[in-house]
Amino acid sequence: MSISHAPPPPTTPDISLEKTTPLAPGLVALVPSSSRRTRVPRWLRRTTGPVLLLGLWQLLSATGVLAPDVLAPPGTIARVAGDLVEDGSLTSAMGVSLQRVAVGLLLGALAGTGLALVSGLFRVGEDLVDASVQMLRTVPFVGLIPLFILWFGIGETPKIAVITLGVSFPLYLNVYAGIRGVDSQLIEAGESLGLSRWGLVRHVILPGALPGAMTGLRYSLGIAWLALVFAEQINADSGIGFLMVQARDFLRTDVIVVCLIVYAFLGLLADFVVRTLERLLLQWRPTFTGR
Amino acid sequence: MATDVHRPVTTPAVPDGTVRPHEPATAVRVDGLTRAFDGRPVIDRLHLDVRAGEFVALLGRSGCGKSTLLRVLAGLDRDIEGTVLVPRRKAVAFQAPRLMPWKRVWRNVLLGLPGKPERARAEGALAEVGLGHRAQAWPKTLSGGEAQRASLARALVREPDLLLLDEPFGALDALTRVKAQRLVDELWQRRGCAVLLVTHDVEEAVLLADRVLVMDEGVIAHEQRIELPRSRDIADPRFAALRTGLLERLGVEAPAASPGAKADAA
Repeated sequence: MSISHAPPPPTTPDISLEKTTPLAPGLVALVPSSSRRTRVPRWLRRTTGPVLLLGLWQLLSATGVLAPDVLAPPGTIARVAGDLVEDGSLTSAMGVSLQRVAVGLLLGALAGTGLALVSGLFRVGEDLVDASVQMLRTVPFVGLIPLFILWFGIGETPKIAVITLGVSFPLYLNVYAGIRGVDSQLIEAGESLGLSRWGLVRHVILPGALPGAMTGLRYSLGIAWLALVFAEQINADSGIGFLMVQARDFLRTDVIVVCLIVYAFLGLLADFVVRTLERLLLQWRPTFTGR
Repeated sequence: MATDVHRPVTTPAVPDGTVRPHEPATAVRVDGLTRAFDGRPVIDRLHLDVRAGEFVALLGRSGCGKSTLLRVLAGLDRDIEGTVLVPRRKAVAFQAPRLMPWKRVWRNVLLGLPGKPERARAEGALAEVGLGHRAQAWPKTLSGGEAQRASLARALVREPDLLLLDEPFGALDALTRVKAQRLVDELWQRRGCAVLLVTHDVEEAVLLADRVLVMDEGVIAHEQRIELPRSRDIADPRFAALRTGLLERLGVEAPAASPGAKADAA
């Protein structure tokens, strides 16, 4: 409203214009950005979207547009979730799935970072490791599930192997890129300060590769859940995926939706863990704007 | 290959750094140094001696090899032929501060020191450059001048017999640069280490150095002693004369309207 450049027409006596015009004719007042904005808290604005979506879902279910056997209404899903938690089937399934992800993630992280260190730090290692990893990377790891079942049977091993495989590639790529992306000027500075080879690795290269490693961890977590869903839907007798397959056989869309929500929740949890790690480990970064 | 034959960047028992001026010991001896990039010599059979405790400025056009020479002396470039003798204890401050962003300032200062040095040692060096209060800070929170001083503290904490400065004031704004130059002057007078300052700023060279070398075509093409008393004044006519002479050496002729320049100097 204060963006007013033209002199006021004589018929409209505007007080604010009368005040500014004699001071600086032809100038435009720049209003502080804070005074223009309505003061709705950000979290409230951000929750509005999902809540509206939920309302729409309830509305469609209530009016019968959305049949319950296509998608159960939110209220039913909440009740089913409560029931599943009460009889312990959901919590035990979550426990089994979490354990699979944790073991797969641990093994994959060890393999991915280990290989990345070998090929990132040593030229010989790069020649030996990198080409093979880059080649294997192009094979969709989900496609290996049948082979894994033949190799490892139908127990826990093939499921964990799929997660391990899926997790190790993004970690490998990002840690490797992180190591190779360390500023050569800093390495030179470290050399001039008299750091040994191991000192350079410890004080310059590894901390410098940490942001890349964190990105890799983020990707890995996403892929870990994806691999879990795939692995658990084939030949599982426990876990969230098993619960979903069972629900499919009994046409229980409500249970399926509950399981999907649990997946999403676990994904959010994993993201929170990585964010916390980043806040602790990367607070030195000039680009860091969290807190 | 040169490494085997000539044993460059050797570290001989150079007379200890506490030598007094009446016994001029050597801090740097370079003899017949050649450094070629793809067969094209950037440094071509260069000779250079720096006395212990001497402040030498190395001038030259960009690409003349002055930074390459500094990197050789720092031991960062060993693809060389010829003899290079430097003290065991040497330190470098680069044009960019090159602090490790993931280490707090005091840890940066202590980085690479043998053993487990105390934090107090870093704080002492930081206090000397006027940064005692920023020991706990992350490098990202330092201003350009502060970061450069931290880098200087990191060099000084090593108690070097030879301090190599690679255009350390090049990226600073004019005011900060003047302060940083004074600081280096003070530190040098207090520490008494030999300094080799690589710069393209003639004024800076004349202001700080005992001896100014002009490098051209891979060798030291010109040498100029600066006998002016310390705490030098840029407005001193002798200062202006030295500057003009050196600029001419660098291929920059004095402006035709010299009366104006003279009036400035006076």
